[in-house]
Amino acid sequence: MILARVVGNVVATQKDPRYEGGRIMVVRPINPDGSDAGDELLALDAVDSGVGDMVVVVREGWSASTTSTGSPGAAIDSAIIGVVDTVEEFS
Amino acid sequence: MQFARVLGTVVATVKSEALEGRKLLVIQPLDGELNHKGRPMVAIDSVGAGKGEVVFWCRGREASFPFLPSEVPSDCTIVGIVDSVFLDSRFTTSQSG
Repeated sequence: MILARVVGNVVATQKDPRYEGGRIMVVRPINPDGSDAGDELLALDAVDSGVGDMVVVVREGWSASTTSTGSPGAAIDSAIIGVVDTVEEFS
Repeated sequence: MQFARVLGTVVATVKSEALEGRKLLVIQPLDGELNHKGRPMVAIDSVGAGKGEVVFWCRGREASFPFLPSEVPSDCTIVGIVDSVFLDSRFTTSQSG
């Protein structure tokens, strides 16, 4: 899993049927300190996240499909599976 | 999943039987701001995407799933056509270029 910041969302009328009812979010990978850590990707929201939230994103299809649609086997490779309250690094 | 723009088509006469009737497209991956990112790739289309459109695609094993029960060999499949993107509360029109 990776830490990411939710930065937006996508509207798509024509899409794979398994995406129906889901929210497609644009997330930007970040480091634990909040700095940017790579290019944006799209993830299906499984936890009612919102723009600005720091989240945990799983980048594995079985888990992403199951958490965001309720069953595996969808063409979904990433999902938001948690909204982060705090990250603490051991000193 | 990731954004991409459809650049063109791939025609292949000799191919795996499992690819029969599938549309192969050349796509340019894009970042969140819809700027080019990385190298063009070949994708299979599952939603009727066309030239110049902004789409999103799925990577990995899951890229084969839109075609089930057919076992189509793909690690990159277009699974949606983008109408619009809202980024940091800005509105990004996508299909105008």
